Amino acid sequence: MYAQMIKSTGEGVKSLDDMEPEERAFQERINAGGKIEPKDWMPEGYRKNLIRQIGQHAHSEIVGQLPEGNWITRAPTLERKAILLAKVQDEAGHGLYLYCAAETLGVTRDQMTRDLLSGKMKYSSIFNYPTLTWADMGAVGWLVDGAAIMNQVPLQRTSYGPYARAMVRICKEESFHQRQGFDIMMKMAKGTEAQRKMAQDALNRFWYPSLMMFGPSDAESVHSAQSMAWKIKMNSNDELRQKFVDQTAPQAEYLGLTVPDENLKFNEETGHYEFSEPDWDEFFDVLKGNGPCNTERLEARNRAWDEGRWVREGLLAHAEKKRKTAIAAE
Amino acid sequence: MSDALFEYLCRMGDNTLVLGHRISEWCGVAPVLEEDIALANTALDLIGQTQLWLGLAGEVEGKGRDADQLAFHRDVWDFRNLLLVEQPNGDFGRTMMRQFLFDGWHLAQLKGLMTSSNDQIAAIAEKSVKEVTYHLERATDTVIGLGDGTEESHKRMQDALDRLYPFVGEMFIADAVDQAMVSDGIAPDPSTLRPDYDAMLDAVLAEATLQKPTDDFAHKGGKSGARHTEHLGHMLTQMQWLQRAYPDATW
Amino acid sequence: MSSPESSPYSDTDAAPHGKARATEWPLWEIFIRGQHGLSHRHVGSLHAADAEGAIKNARDVYTRRNEGVSIWAVPASAIAASSPEEKGALYEPANDKVYRHPTFFDIPDEVGAM
Repeated sequence: MYAQMIKSTGEGVKSLDDMEPEERAFQERINAGGKIEPKDWMPEGYRKNLIRQIGQHAHSEIVGQLPEGNWITRAPTLERKAILLAKVQDEAGHGLYLYCAAETLGVTRDQMTRDLLSGKMKYSSIFNYPTLTWADMGAVGWLVDGAAIMNQVPLQRTSYGPYARAMVRICKEESFHQRQGFDIMMKMAKGTEAQRKMAQDALNRFWYPSLMMFGPSDAESVHSAQSMAWKIKMNSNDELRQKFVDQTAPQAEYLGLTVPDENLKFNEETGHYEFSEPDWDEFFDVLKGNGPCNTERLEARNRAWDEGRWVREGLLAHAEKKRKTAIAAE
Repeated sequence: MSDALFEYLCRMGDNTLVLGHRISEWCGVAPVLEEDIALANTALDLIGQTQLWLGLAGEVEGKGRDADQLAFHRDVWDFRNLLLVEQPNGDFGRTMMRQFLFDGWHLAQLKGLMTSSNDQIAAIAEKSVKEVTYHLERATDTVIGLGDGTEESHKRMQDALDRLYPFVGEMFIADAVDQAMVSDGIAPDPSTLRPDYDAMLDAVLAEATLQKPTDDFAHKGGKSGARHTEHLGHMLTQMQWLQRAYPDATW
Repeated sequence: MSSPESSPYSDTDAAPHGKARATEWPLWEIFIRGQHGLSHRHVGSLHAADAEGAIKNARDVYTRRNEGVSIWAVPASAIAASSPEEKGALYEPANDKVYRHPTFFDIPDEVGAM
């Protein structure tokens, strides 16, 4: 998915003239659309921000496995089970690609994992919401992945090479995710009365959390300005949110479902939908750890990590023994 | 004859269905990301094989049941999977030991099916052999690595082997269904697969520094459906819940 | 990327980091030559306890088991690098897992791009 709560370092954006030569060369390269690679010089703020952003993005993928994983064993057909499993597996893969990208910045995956497990590093708040019915698998794919894609597609052009390359691969795989979600929603929305009710309920619960995924308005933010100058943030939050609503509202209509916002309407003049803001107090509550599933999600990650420790150690010890035997044989 | 064939196909399909389901329970909580992804691949292979086996079973039965109906609308006594595969995951070591013990039999069985007199079965076997060859390779490496790893990993793998070994025997006991398959040239006699399996097992366990239990006792009742363990029912209540709660819905 | 001003996290969230735990598996760089590929291409990295494990993990992570590929696994620490200038290394999903392809899902035209 992506990281919504990134705050950049810096006191606002420096002008090229105020920069030392190497920083100036760095910024000019970014301005010209060039890529920064691991061994290139980079400002410490750029490196730190990237570690945090890519790390949070990676954590979001890994924690994001849980709400959907919640339904793999209850998927209603063999095909649905296979598709959902393949999708959640992709999320593990995306987490892996992103961790690897962050690792090029001089941090290890285990270090980032430890920071996730201790609560020091964050993941996308959307995954602190529960998945209560099968229709939620539809809503998560359609809305949550839909919102994530809005964020991720522009990031394929981000200035940091390994991150951009990871995003290219991820975006290629994500397209099937949103489609499988919409496919479930179509089946539900056009199914029995009970299924239609489930679909509407899922939309009701996931609509505003999906809008929150883009983060609060950042129109006036100097931090965002710095991230945008560095091209590690490509669009403003409001811009992406508007794009998401514009794309999603007609899809809901197609499904015959009602977006839970009585203010939602198409403005002929602007060519955009008008819509209500989500409840930002709720957003900050969830961010602080008070979402419906924060505790369970972190518990699950911690348990997997703790219970897997002997496996990681065991295989490493075996590899070490083999290595020593090989050396002795030479 | 077609009853025996139906039974046989349910055995193949229920094994992959139940084990695929068990493996899918690991999704998102495996010890390390790479293993999480690998386990999901194994589960996906097994679910895919299930669709083929149970699809064919439904065709042979000729009562209009498809793979999903067989998977989601039969009760415990109609399941024909080996007791081994319905055993709970336990820790990662037990999961991989179960996988290894099953894969060794599964691969031998599938190789025998590649020359089946039934073309459809031979075709499914040919596709599956490629996948299962890799399952066995991976499970073998893991059993060896963890058996030989640390003191703790060694102990856990020995515990897993001790716990699961009594479910090995059932895979090789031939019954009337198997006899019917043998006489029609459809499937190999499972009892003939045992010597090679034992040799493979001994070699791997030696490398893994694990001791094969001396007691050859074998629990049975899975593939005949006569007496499953209590675990299967719990698995089915979860797996089949949506289908049974909303029987008039399509998904 | 999106950045709430009132974010409770300090600028130093990501740093400094302590020492990595001794149990971390080494990092490997993975190179794959596809069925009709002329040479191996870098596709990404992963963690594994040893070389054999790295190759198996690469099969699972980067080829999703597509057959007929040749895999190289190189310890990341053994790579000497100038400044790589690699374009996105795309991989082909396994051919029999059709549902990985977006086109598997038939989305009605009225719904628009997805």
